[in-house]
Amino acid sequence: MSKWFRENAPISARDLTEEFMRLKRGSVTRRHFLGVTGLGLAAAVLARQPGLFSSEAYAAEDLGSAMSLATWPNYHDPATFEAFTAATGVAVEVNVFGSNEEMLAKLQAGGTGWDLFVPTNYTISTYVSLGLIDPIDLAKVPNFDPKTQNTRFTNEGTVDGKVFALPKNWGTTGIAFNSDKVKSPVTSWKEFFEVAMTEADGRAMVHDYQLTTIGNALVSLGFSFNSVKPEELAKAEELLIKVKPHLYAINSDYQPSMRASDAWMTMCWTNDGAQLNRDIPEIQFVLGTDGGEIWSDFYAVPTSAANKPAGYALLNFLMDPQNAVKEHVANGAPTTDSRVLSLLPAEITGNKIVYPDEAALTPLEFGAAVTLTDPARAELMARFKSA
Amino acid sequence: MPLTMTTKRRLVTTALLAPASVWLFVFLVLPFIAMMVFSVGERGPAGGYQTAFTFAQYANLPARSAAYWNTLMLAPVGAFVCLIVAYPTAYYLAVKANPRYRLLLVSLVVVPFWTSLLVRTYAWMYILGSRGIPNLLDMIGIEDVRLLNTPGAVLLGIVYGYLPLMIMPIYVSLEKLDRRLLEASADLGAKPVSTFFSVTLPLSLPGVMTGVALVTILLLGEYLIPQLLGGGKVFFIGNALVDLFLQSRNWPFGSAIAVTLVAIVVVVLMVAMRIAWRISGTRQVDLV
Repeated sequence: MSKWFRENAPISARDLTEEFMRLKRGSVTRRHFLGVTGLGLAAAVLARQPGLFSSEAYAAEDLGSAMSLATWPNYHDPATFEAFTAATGVAVEVNVFGSNEEMLAKLQAGGTGWDLFVPTNYTISTYVSLGLIDPIDLAKVPNFDPKTQNTRFTNEGTVDGKVFALPKNWGTTGIAFNSDKVKSPVTSWKEFFEVAMTEADGRAMVHDYQLTTIGNALVSLGFSFNSVKPEELAKAEELLIKVKPHLYAINSDYQPSMRASDAWMTMCWTNDGAQLNRDIPEIQFVLGTDGGEIWSDFYAVPTSAANKPAGYALLNFLMDPQNAVKEHVANGAPTTDSRVLSLLPAEITGNKIVYPDEAALTPLEFGAAVTLTDPARAELMARFKSA
Repeated sequence: MPLTMTTKRRLVTTALLAPASVWLFVFLVLPFIAMMVFSVGERGPAGGYQTAFTFAQYANLPARSAAYWNTLMLAPVGAFVCLIVAYPTAYYLAVKANPRYRLLLVSLVVVPFWTSLLVRTYAWMYILGSRGIPNLLDMIGIEDVRLLNTPGAVLLGIVYGYLPLMIMPIYVSLEKLDRRLLEASADLGAKPVSTFFSVTLPLSLPGVMTGVALVTILLLGEYLIPQLLGGGKVFFIGNALVDLFLQSRNWPFGSAIAVTLVAIVVVVLMVAMRIAWRISGTRQVDLV
């Protein structure tokens, strides 16, 4: 510290320490401490900066200085959180996960510190029955408008007439493949598993995720994506174990491998497909003609959240169409909100990866709650991975 | 009543040992008891734990036999490959290297530990991935070589990650080696090779045993390297545990597997210590 700075400072470091110790001992009041150190003045000045700590919308409640969000990889525009921090003074810590099961496991174990998180449709009823999430206090989310939402994607956020989760976006689980490397047609899950064992031998990836890996294997055999019937699961297991030696990896984080051309084909979520195709046009994204998954992701507030005011503030911020539209441009997933849809540029709403034709969606199924807790599917996954 | 010397000494010893004992009790004994209790419980309907008293989880252990088998194969094989690579290095450092540079060379072995294993394993992902070595091979006409996500990559990662833990104990035991014994062996007409096998190697066996035990035990719990360099296709006990707690949320079964793994580690450790004691014990007698 240079001399002139010390001379001009309202208080020297030593005096500050001494005053602080006096404050801690209780021999001076907080008001005295803030007064002599100049910190009170600094805080008062900062507080008057419009939009920095107390823009009107957030003035009502104390939001604290930090909050925690649990979400998925490559799923947000980092600028969104910077804008939120600038508007409210609350820093957002982002944790990313590879499966809904993992999020549920963390919440069941307790002590996550999450104030907001992003569960998928089929898990919400389980979270509600376990008492792990709060009903949404819609009064705190004035930016959310149920009338502009597409209920096909949002109805699973409501359990027993109560809203427990607000929609983030919807999407599909399809097939991404590098058309420079894979020349055989891949239009269905049946073809996905065939090509994985032939032309893309050693170069195909499946998710480290029971729902999609087992589900798509079931679909390729003509069964339901959500089946828990023992004889159908047995056939899916047989297929997966036959395919396994030919796979490049079992991993839900496939973007790095696809971008490096280490992998040529993978199970892929809409938003990742759109991002990959945007940066590397030869990576194409198709939906299985034989079926697969359609899903919607939600925002929910854990019962255990430490900073609910900040969680709600971020939720309300994200429900603002002006903010949401930037998120959708960045992450490439389709929106459930007609207000956002109208703000999106035509090259996004016209992108068949993000907004496929209705006919392509018809064979797809929403994940079912039973798959989340079914021990048979969990054990099948373990046998597949250890085979 | 005045304290006697022995009582005082006991009190001091107790006071000195107390922090370590409390630490071990809170962070080792209590969690282990919790794990034992969980392992005889039942999985809740949505996962987690439900109070019960049953050995069903232990009866179910064969469901992870593949993971046990992979682990019990990998740990000794990995430790053996580490040993093959580490022994000549340690020998060079302790016996052949110029004493002036010895300290520098030994610290070079340890330097990688300054960076997290996770970061170093990620570095290997890029070296072995398409843009790394396969890309260079492609330039000289060898196409479509795949190194990443193969068992070879896992073995490479393991040797790379655990090598320093094998080198150091062997180095220490070789450094203590009395050179006069080697001279005596030569004077008595032994060729260098037979001197190595009848003098140097036996005297360094305690270090070898320590290194093998250390690496084997750590490998029994290995999770990261197979996940990152094996593409999640190579499945060890560590991976089974992660899935049971983070995916299927079957805490009782996970606890039963963990308890069994601890039991295996204890057996490995006891056998290794017995062998090491026997070797070092007899050698000491010989030297006197």
